[in-house]
Amino acid sequence: MTESFLDVRDLSVRFRTEDGPLQAVDGLSFSLERGRTLGIVGESGSGKSVTSLAVLGLHNRARTTISGSIRLDGTELVGAGEAQLRKLRGHRMAMVFQDALTALSPYYTVGDQIAETYRRHTGCSRRAATERAVEMLGVVGIPSPRGRVKDYPHQFSGGMRQRVMIAMALVCDPDLLIADEPTTALDVTVQAQILDLLARLQEEFRTAIVLITHDLGVIAGIAHDVLVMYAGRSVELGSAEEVLTEPHHPYSAGLLASAPHLTGDVDLPLRPVPGSPPSLLAVPSGCAFHPRCAARPQLPAGLCGTERPELSGTRGHLAACHLSGLQRASLGAAAEIRDAQETQETQETIR
Amino acid sequence: MLRFLIRRTLGAALILLVISAVTYVLFFALPSDPALLTCGKQCTPQLLATIRHNMGIDAPVPVQYWHFLSGIFVGRHYGTVDCAAPCLGYSFVNEQPVLQTLLNRFPATLSLALGAATLVLTFGVGLGMIAALRRGKPLDKAAMGFALVGASVQIYFFGIVVRYIFVDQLDWLPQPGYTSPGASLTGWAGGMLLPWVTLAVVNVATYARFTRSSMLESLEDEYVRAARAKGLRPWGIYIKHAWRGAMTPVITMFGIDLGLFLGGALITETTFNIPGIGQLAVQSVANADLPMMMGTVLIACTAMVVSGIVVDACYALIDPRVRVS
Repeated sequence: MTESFLDVRDLSVRFRTEDGPLQAVDGLSFSLERGRTLGIVGESGSGKSVTSLAVLGLHNRARTTISGSIRLDGTELVGAGEAQLRKLRGHRMAMVFQDALTALSPYYTVGDQIAETYRRHTGCSRRAATERAVEMLGVVGIPSPRGRVKDYPHQFSGGMRQRVMIAMALVCDPDLLIADEPTTALDVTVQAQILDLLARLQEEFRTAIVLITHDLGVIAGIAHDVLVMYAGRSVELGSAEEVLTEPHHPYSAGLLASAPHLTGDVDLPLRPVPGSPPSLLAVPSGCAFHPRCAARPQLPAGLCGTERPELSGTRGHLAACHLSGLQRASLGAAAEIRDAQETQETQETIR
Repeated sequence: MLRFLIRRTLGAALILLVISAVTYVLFFALPSDPALLTCGKQCTPQLLATIRHNMGIDAPVPVQYWHFLSGIFVGRHYGTVDCAAPCLGYSFVNEQPVLQTLLNRFPATLSLALGAATLVLTFGVGLGMIAALRRGKPLDKAAMGFALVGASVQIYFFGIVVRYIFVDQLDWLPQPGYTSPGASLTGWAGGMLLPWVTLAVVNVATYARFTRSSMLESLEDEYVRAARAKGLRPWGIYIKHAWRGAMTPVITMFGIDLGLFLGGALITETTFNIPGIGQLAVQSVANADLPMMMGTVLIACTAMVVSGIVVDACYALIDPRVRVS
């Protein structure tokens, strides 16, 4: 089997904190090909962002221990020297941050900030870099880019600023783009525009995209594959279609059930996953999700709290759960049945 | 930018007017009578009245204040003495117009202020930067230890000790004091070196600590992380991105301090016998020289207000967000 373009194997990230060591990412594995988008979903503190920072090597080296392997096009990034990583960052792998207002420096023009990356990695002249910045502003759909290249970030609207960020990330035509909640700070219509833009640029440049989000709608929109994370571990991995329609892990099923319905009966109450995400300083034993799990009654008592389930499954759709394949398959169906029951109950109440 | 400057200058004039009025009222409330002091032993009521009239303090306070204000634009007469416009009053102790004395004294204060300010900015900001970038390392601890000592030291103690060591004992430096740089550049620098260092040491400490914390905050900014994600080199990130954000609060503080220095560094000037505005202020209080006190207060306020305007202009240069609004 040939190696994937981005290949993450058994990645673990540990921080030393004042309250003791903290395992932010625990044995994470995934792979990504050029031109594909992997959506990483999870609640706050599930290790999504830490994973992306680890790929770029942007974590605080003094306080972080990373083990496992991250290979980008065959190059090992874990343990790579800072100088080597610096050459890759912005050049072969780039990042789009959540809030463009804080991630762009308020003191320099957008042109300067885009050109800066290009000059750093190509060593071209200031003039050529500025030309490239104008070109990139055009690529991401900013009207009259030549006039706007000398504007400052605060002179752009939120959506336009996020476009500037994307232009800045893509200026060197990177092979890997990590987008950390790229649309969370935007309103819904602008969100859709930005996602369209990412999808269009991906088609054009064959970029591999890691899209980090807590928004299942975003995943459904552009991701090919989905990785669901919980307490620093991957709990489900599969194609977006499979995971979103037939979740094989009770947590994914819970996430899907908690999303508001936009079609059908929109008056149904939201059904949140009960409880709250665990502190990474005290991750529950066994399956980290077991205290909140709705499917636990289906399994032998004590199993979930003592034994940690490994990722297992068929045809690339994996879940870390003790449920058998048959039981897993009924998770999505169960949710649908519950929905149907509730619809009926609601209707009866109305009558 | 021009509109901004005009607006600020008009505002500054208003502030100075209010301050001069308040100062005038405050000084009028002083129990001493300058006319009585001048009158001497063979004082008669007629003589006293004449002196009062000549000094211009026989009229009611509001009228006196009006005379003071109009004197700035048209000049005024004190008996036989003439004080040409712009007249800030006449010092009967020095037998000189106040403005003349202030102008004579200002170069010494300006030398002290600019020299010390340069040292403060260079070493304060430099130390703070290094401490921030080497956070937790020996260099950081040494710099912050120095800052603690520096901040605790008093000028009149430190000044006298360094003078004793470097001038009296080692004889490396001439007696500190002010020589016009026009007369002798080396004499000026040699005489001012200790006062500069003394005034700077106390403030370098504050600036180092302030710059350090501001820089540490700035290094945590999202755009600094974004700059790393772009593959920029560390020093490029520190200088271009983190430093610029870190400097805004430092410049605000510097504006206030420069204003204070220019208004006369009382203790340093007195410690090293430098004939500047600060020393003049102390002397005029001792002599109950009301017009001169008034003058020193006004010049200190002007220095403060002007450096405020300069800082705001610098602010606009550093931060484009200020420029637009």
